[in-house]
Amino acid sequence: ELCFEFGLELDEITSEKEIISREQGDTKASGASDVILYKIDVPANRYDLLCLEGLVRGLQVFKNKCNRYQCDLPVDPMFAALHSPQTEAVRPHAVAAVLRNITFTQERYDSFIELQEKLHQNICRKRSLVAIGTHDLDTISGPFTYTAKRPGDISFKPLNQTKEYTATQLMSLYKTDSHLRHYLHIIEDKPLYPVIYDSNGVVLSMPPIINGDHSKISLKTKNVFIECTATDQTKAKTVLDMMVTMFSEYCAQPFTVEEAEVVYPDGKTCIYPELAYRKEKLSGKFINQKVGINESTEKIAHLLTRMCLLSQATGAGDEIEVEIPPTRSDIIHACDIMEDAAIAYGFNNITRTTPRTYTVANQFPLNKLTELLRQDLAAAGFTEALNFALCSQEDIAEKLGKKISEMRAVHISNPKTAEFQVARTTLLPGLLKTIAANRKMPLPLKLFEISDVVLKDETKDVGARNSRRFCAVYYNKSPGFEVIHGLLDRTMQLLEVKPARGEGYHIQTADDSTFFPGRCADIFVRGKNVGRLGVLHPDVINRFELTMPCSALEMDIEPFL
Amino acid sequence: MADTGVLETLLQRVEKVDDGVDSLAVATSLGVDHQVIVGAVKSLQALGDVISAELRSSKHWELTEEGTEIAEQGSHESRVFSCIPQEGLAQSELMKLPFGKIGFSKAMSSKWIRVDKAHEGGPRIFRTVESIDDQVREKLLLVQKGHSTQLEEKEKNELKKRKLLSEVTVKSYWITKGNSFSTTITKQETELTPEMIASGNWKEKKFKPYNFEAMGVAPDCGHLHPLMKVRTQFRQIFLEMGFTEMPTNNFIESSFWNFDSLFQPQQHPARDQHDTFFLSDPAHAHEFPQDYLERVKKVHSEGGYGSQGYKYDWKIEEAQKNILRTHTTAVSARMLYKLAQQEKFTPVKYFSIDRVFRNETLDATHLAEFHQIEGVVADYGLTLGDLMGVLHQFFTKLGITKLRFKPAYNPYTEPSMEVFSYHEGLKKWVEVGNSGVFRPEMLLPMGLPEDVSVIAWGLSLERPTMIKYGINNIRELVGHKVNLQMVYDSPICRLDS
Repeated sequence: ELCFEFGLELDEITSEKEIISREQGDTKASGASDVILYKIDVPANRYDLLCLEGLVRGLQVFKNKCNRYQCDLPVDPMFAALHSPQTEAVRPHAVAAVLRNITFTQERYDSFIELQEKLHQNICRKRSLVAIGTHDLDTISGPFTYTAKRPGDISFKPLNQTKEYTATQLMSLYKTDSHLRHYLHIIEDKPLYPVIYDSNGVVLSMPPIINGDHSKISLKTKNVFIECTATDQTKAKTVLDMMVTMFSEYCAQPFTVEEAEVVYPDGKTCIYPELAYRKEKLSGKFINQKVGINESTEKIAHLLTRMCLLSQATGAGDEIEVEIPPTRSDIIHACDIMEDAAIAYGFNNITRTTPRTYTVANQFPLNKLTELLRQDLAAAGFTEALNFALCSQEDIAEKLGKKISEMRAVHISNPKTAEFQVARTTLLPGLLKTIAANRKMPLPLKLFEISDVVLKDETKDVGARNSRRFCAVYYNKSPGFEVIHGLLDRTMQLLEVKPARGEGYHIQTADDSTFFPGRCADIFVRGKNVGRLGVLHPDVINRFELTMPCSALEMDIEPFL
Repeated sequence: MADTGVLETLLQRVEKVDDGVDSLAVATSLGVDHQVIVGAVKSLQALGDVISAELRSSKHWELTEEGTEIAEQGSHESRVFSCIPQEGLAQSELMKLPFGKIGFSKAMSSKWIRVDKAHEGGPRIFRTVESIDDQVREKLLLVQKGHSTQLEEKEKNELKKRKLLSEVTVKSYWITKGNSFSTTITKQETELTPEMIASGNWKEKKFKPYNFEAMGVAPDCGHLHPLMKVRTQFRQIFLEMGFTEMPTNNFIESSFWNFDSLFQPQQHPARDQHDTFFLSDPAHAHEFPQDYLERVKKVHSEGGYGSQGYKYDWKIEEAQKNILRTHTTAVSARMLYKLAQQEKFTPVKYFSIDRVFRNETLDATHLAEFHQIEGVVADYGLTLGDLMGVLHQFFTKLGITKLRFKPAYNPYTEPSMEVFSYHEGLKKWVEVGNSGVFRPEMLLPMGLPEDVSVIAWGLSLERPTMIKYGINNIRELVGHKVNLQMVYDSPICRLDS
């Protein structure tokens, strides 16, 4: 319940034992722990709630249990990380910091590793934007050099391996690693790979793939060197801030961090972590108006403070000054602060009101026509089908006796299966597949669909447009062309078009490889070809795994608007 | 209709007794097949309450094929006995007879015959008694004549063991007089005819009663698809609430309108190959409102309009990529941009229900395409309370009155709320939709006035339809694998009942 109010979703309550037995079977689970685990869904932008430390702190502040989460981090002697120009092309940014005299327990250590992994998956976009490396500072010595070298020239003993490999060897070694192989593509085809050395030439890491074994951290590690390399500097800073703010409470002097100086190729230096506290000023009226509440300025400041945003009324009117801590990188606009006030107030405590917005409703004319036609086509004895807009190339081309190159089809570049290769250019294949899946039903089968197909169209900004089609099929022991023809006559009657050449409608012999020769006609309405009807070619019937004769009609309904 | 003679005979039989007759007994005494009497009972029942017949089942004994043969020709042992002449018969000769083997052993155990193994020319069989009493045959004859009750259970079971008798269950009717009992039968008319109406002779006729238990003939008609029926209802609800329908007939969208215009950063996971269908042809969109595009670029990369921005290198190439739209909010963005280009802002309420596409892993409830229902209200000074109020009215029309809201995250709305409703069946809160207030970083670059708020919500069409029509696998509802019988049988859709 508390979680719900705070915007967290308690997914399930389980234990390691249950998870393992579900995934791997009961036998393997016997040794696992019975400790109850709470799986919690965290909003995707709240990186500060990804570890237990942050979550507990956030909830305690929310419940007024502790006034404010402390994280003033005084400066200690600096640590330099040199940045060399070669990294520019592959992974141009690096930031670093040191946690001194930290005390790990098994639980803290696990949480520390887990946070890194979660950040890697989340904000770091599977290490492509940012990669985190953590090292036992007592095994290495600064200043460190961040550079990039040819894969053959990098050689070190990687984490948890017993011998040295060159970077080239490592890339092939990890091809089969279920975890690391997902990150190889990030640098694989680059001429130079990023690498970090200490002053003695010891390799700390080859980001974003693997750390060196030499500097690996353990439960006994006292001083942790954290480096983040990145393609996105803002995210690198956020990730570093997150790592140090979450775990600095385990330092001998809680909530302290030692800074690192990063020297850039151009000689410019920067101090990290930034741990930037930002102040925003906004009015109580703004919050009240946007949320739809009426609270005093002091009350609102208190609400915000409960959300880890230390706030106070400045006294100048209803002005509130809000301090945004480095842990809340999600706050980028006053509306984010407003949301926190609403959450602290409780969404479900807000009075539900009706806006006085006066408007007159209009239907989209094409949809209005579609709705009306559907009703009458069902009344004419045809049953409505509903098929996918995506299909295989084969469905719209080969199976209909056509060539894909001749279709104005839109092609998908990343389909997971053949079912999603193209957007349909005709409704006919969908209806024929529906019949094939319902062959056991009593004959005749009479189906229709009114829906959109997609066609390439150079005149549109995206180079394609939808076209609203009406398609119907009749499937029985005899082709029943007269039935489909009758349906066309009925449709035209409904659309107030008379059978006549010129201003009315008429049909006229056509050649189409989808249809049986001599049994196909074009539909002309006011002199314009709007579609086609006929008896399907036996080859088409076979390719859709059907056995009976079938006649079909497909036409564009947009000309009737 | 059974033969009138049988009907009347049966009625006479029933008339003579007070407590009724058994159909089987009647068949036996009339010497007709039982089925004839059963037919007569059915015919009489169809005439109304002439008789009442109660179905009974009884067990009785019947001769098997072998039993019938014995009843006619005598038991195997008696036949063995009778075929042995005074001078005896060679055992080998006896064994050649069809009943020889069984008959020999039975006759031996009854001590009717003996074997002289030392006889010259092989073992020879002689009678030991003058005459025999063929009890097996007599018992079987008793059963055949319907007097099985004269036999003891033990005897019957013994014959059953020899596969000469079998016990069968017979269903019969116990027939008694009905309320309108009569021994004469009037022929009933089945249907009213034009001739009867013309001549007026329908007045004298008796009409066969209709069987109101039977189903009628199904009408010959077409059917609308259940998902589309639900869509129609949702359209109706929006129209009742004064919402105007948006033109969503554009499945292909540029990343710009689908993501960038909504302030969704270019590295956002939703823009990944794993989540979105990208196009190879036509791969890129080529026309954008240029000054608006510049404002979007600026708010992403540098911020502005009171925002810090995302501070990253925004690339036009990413925005140009064509995709299959992942939400109809892309259309809402186009509509809001269009609204902002008006000389003077006017409040609007928009809705749409149309297809969206996700390159996701498929399962029983997820397909690569589904229908999204979306509602948008833009007006001066709209509050979060207004959003909840509108949602309350919307869901009330769906028959859902208990709502609560959970904070959530969405890149283009702030605040964002998940909508939960209390499910009476499951006895828990279930998510029914998503909602929020569009971010200023999305609205202000479009050129909308600063004090205009835009509230919006969305849900899928498939989920409420699956719940409404009790469908567990989405493939049975959408796509060619649909079960047409389900379409034929689906009731009308009233969402609030």
